[in-house]
Amino acid sequence: MKTLLVKNAYVIDPIQNISGEIMDIAVRDGKIVDDVKNPDDVIDAAGMLTLPGGIDSHTHICGTKVNFGRYMSPEDMRAGRTSRKGDMHATSGYSVPTTYGNSYRYSRMGYTTLLEGAMAPMEARHTHEEFRYTPLQDCLANTLFDGNWFALEAIENGDIKRLAGILAWYLSAAKGFGVKLTNPGGTEAWGFGEDVSCIHKPIPHFGITPREIIVKMIEANEMLNLPHSVHLHCNNLGKPGNYLCTLDTYNAIPDLNDKRQSLYSTHVQFHSYGGSSWNDFCSKAEDIAHSVNEKPQIVIDTGQVMFGKTTTMTADGPMEFNLYRLYHNKWSNHDVEMETGSGIIPVLYRKKNLVNAIMWSIGLELGLLVDDPWQCILATDNPNGAPFVKYPEVIALLMSKEYRDKEFETLHKSTGKRVALPAIERERTWDDIAVMTRAAQARALGLIDYGKGFLTEGAEADIAIYPISVDTTDPAREYERIINGFATTEYTIKRGDIVCRRGTCTLEGNHSTYWVKPHVPAAYDMSTDSEFIDGFNKYYSMRIANYPVGEEYIGRNVCMESEASL
Amino acid sequence: MQEIKDMVCPFCGCLCDDVTLGIENGSIVSTDNCCTIGNAKFLGKNRLKNPIQKVDGKWIDITYDEAVDAAVDILLDADRPLLFGWSGTHGEAQCVGVHMNEILGGVIDSTTSVCHGPSILAIQEVGHPGCTLGQVKNRADLVIYWGCNPIEAHPRHMSRYTTYADGYFLDNAFRNRKVIVVDVRETETAKVADEFIQIKSGGDYAVLSSLRAILRGKADMIPASVAGVSKTQLMQVAEMCKTCSFGALFFGVGLTMAKGKYKNVRNAIELVDDLNRHTKFTLTPMRGHWNVYGANEVFSWMTGYPFAVDFCRGVAFYNPGETTAIDILARKECDACMIIASDPAAHFPRACVEQIRDIPMIAIDPFQSLTTPLADLQIPVAVTGIDAEGTAYRMDGIPIKVKKVMDSGYPSDTEILTRIYQKMLEVKGL
Repeated sequence: MKTLLVKNAYVIDPIQNISGEIMDIAVRDGKIVDDVKNPDDVIDAAGMLTLPGGIDSHTHICGTKVNFGRYMSPEDMRAGRTSRKGDMHATSGYSVPTTYGNSYRYSRMGYTTLLEGAMAPMEARHTHEEFRYTPLQDCLANTLFDGNWFALEAIENGDIKRLAGILAWYLSAAKGFGVKLTNPGGTEAWGFGEDVSCIHKPIPHFGITPREIIVKMIEANEMLNLPHSVHLHCNNLGKPGNYLCTLDTYNAIPDLNDKRQSLYSTHVQFHSYGGSSWNDFCSKAEDIAHSVNEKPQIVIDTGQVMFGKTTTMTADGPMEFNLYRLYHNKWSNHDVEMETGSGIIPVLYRKKNLVNAIMWSIGLELGLLVDDPWQCILATDNPNGAPFVKYPEVIALLMSKEYRDKEFETLHKSTGKRVALPAIERERTWDDIAVMTRAAQARALGLIDYGKGFLTEGAEADIAIYPISVDTTDPAREYERIINGFATTEYTIKRGDIVCRRGTCTLEGNHSTYWVKPHVPAAYDMSTDSEFIDGFNKYYSMRIANYPVGEEYIGRNVCMESEASL
Repeated sequence: MQEIKDMVCPFCGCLCDDVTLGIENGSIVSTDNCCTIGNAKFLGKNRLKNPIQKVDGKWIDITYDEAVDAAVDILLDADRPLLFGWSGTHGEAQCVGVHMNEILGGVIDSTTSVCHGPSILAIQEVGHPGCTLGQVKNRADLVIYWGCNPIEAHPRHMSRYTTYADGYFLDNAFRNRKVIVVDVRETETAKVADEFIQIKSGGDYAVLSSLRAILRGKADMIPASVAGVSKTQLMQVAEMCKTCSFGALFFGVGLTMAKGKYKNVRNAIELVDDLNRHTKFTLTPMRGHWNVYGANEVFSWMTGYPFAVDFCRGVAFYNPGETTAIDILARKECDACMIIASDPAAHFPRACVEQIRDIPMIAIDPFQSLTTPLADLQIPVAVTGIDAEGTAYRMDGIPIKVKKVMDSGYPSDTEILTRIYQKMLEVKGL
């Protein structure tokens, strides 16, 4: 019966409509309770901004491609090394840190829950192995289905219930969380070196279009009653003029769930490009934001680009090859049979590069032009747009027009002609930031029912206490204080334990992995479907018996069960 | 006799997972679907019996508790310990090894540094366009084996994943798929190839460069013969590569350890890169030990570097050629070593083996090997895949759980290493 009392906290908790109240937060056995008597530990949080623990709903921290990012980049490893100290293990890496590096740095910023954005189910065991060594955050893994042959066949046959059964089997087998589509159809086409162009033309070898994949997957996802919606990386990523494809996609999205969105559209910065080539490249963030504002069924994350070195990594294999042909540095590609693919290249975003400057502006425009902060999540698609350690700077840019203007002055001189950013006066509020960094994530991921994202009775005691006095800080002027304040918490509390104090992590941690297990009727249970089993054993290079990830890989796990409506 | 299906073979990087074992009276009596080498491992008899320690030049029997204490003493007494091997054990044990090395401030290295280390150096320069083996099985209409001889070293590679493996887009693989073998001698694999390119020893780099030049429209520059290969054949092979729908290049230590070393691999990767501008092409190193790739994976996520990781500065430091096991031993730099799941005495240069002999050495292994007699302390352990379980990474990066079939009473590598690590923490007051 371990107890903790956080006293005099300045709390913003958007899920509970708490905006700047001075409160005490009582914790017993890792949960927030109404009150504790004679607490074992007391924290005086007077004058400190206190938020629910941060949630990153789209990051790349663990798994095959992330690890290959480390493997192929000793130069990145040298860029961020710390030695063993107290409970903290040695770390390496800047844009792709080691698992401990990710965990400590996120914890330092008050993050307690992380969603790995892309896990090939065949390689899921690897992601879970790395989760074990990410001790201070709860972890979830979106599971890739963009090129899944069984799923594509079911869509081609118009059998949506079978599609749902297939999703259910893979999610449970991979111990995955959400359904992820990366360049749907495009990663399959990349199997023979091709790609797709937007959503209307049939993909090679299957008589279906990316549009059908997206819409049918959304319908099947909702049939399974999963906590999260389909999580989509749209087609045509990074291509000038792709905003039309993005709008086309958004126009096809049905509104099927009254608790949350039907579509989580990720790293939208990379999908909001105007122009017909890099020569007339420009921002179309206004058009995209306008579309999102009209569609409550869509939530986006911004995929903010920040300047400096980073490593890009995605399941979108053809896109990475195209990007490699622009950058000429080094290129790794890894196609996963019957499922998906991936690519990795290092990049350097430069202020003096016009395209990069426009990309930076687009992310901020999205962050400011989407009216409802609940529909606009702050993320860099770590590490694609920038390493997550840049989040405090992104927050400051969204809160301060003065800071944006000052930064804008340092960019390529032609940027102003291609973007709307200098004309945008809006400055995000403290409440907006609390929504965009944790509350919106908790709702979009369906984690509120599991105690995530809020600070009242029944919640998991994941708490971030920042050394920022809201009453005496003007974010529009004092943006340096915002950056420093959000960079290092005074305390990060994970399930009631203080895991990080002023940047020093003080515990080995004991996190959980959240995964879904949808129950489907026997007719759609692929584990007993002879056609599925035979096809599996014929075409995979691994036996079906050896494919599912056992619970021994997960340690403390939270199995999110659902009953499918099939 | 009891039959157990879908077992995973812990011998080579193919990690075949369709093996059937026959069990009788608590021991494996037969294997099915297994190659001869895997069969020999499953039926292996030369197990070490119990921990022994060399005292005054003589071996004495000790208990596991005493072995753990002795290992801790040896490692903590050293100024520059080397923890070497790891390729024949499971990932969970490798993780403990990394934690242990962090406490010791030593060097941890795997057999990678004497096999595909050069491949990794090349990948670190130019990347790695690869894929999983099933992608090759289902799609590849052209397969190249360069500097490797799968029929003898990875006996089921061709039947499970390439030449003889029917796939989704090739329902008669043997007819529909072309195989090219590049080697310095006509191996068993070369005999079944559609095209055999015999190059003079040390000529790989020149041949790769010639192929790249032809692909880039510079065939005029190529002389009539390159490293013993005729221009006609080079032109023909370049055309085969360019016009296939999906090509897969596999390469072995015949390329990585030949003259030119990592530059050869770099050239091969860049050839594949060039080919991707014409068609789809991938490249895969033929990894030897069943979990040598796993050691690279584990070291990467825990330390940031795939092999040869030096913690003597407190932070992870990596400089192959300086922090690789061979170099540390050849310079007589390390003053104690722990050798686990590998047999360096069978493969290292003589000077390095002498250094292993001359310093306190702990051998953790299930079987007798050329290395075990040189040890001061032998700790027998279970064989992962027979009497212990754990995670392994196939040559294409696919993680597979290697299973336990029986209980022999031996501790697993993870158990023994964890005990050593815990004791180390205790002694150091951490």
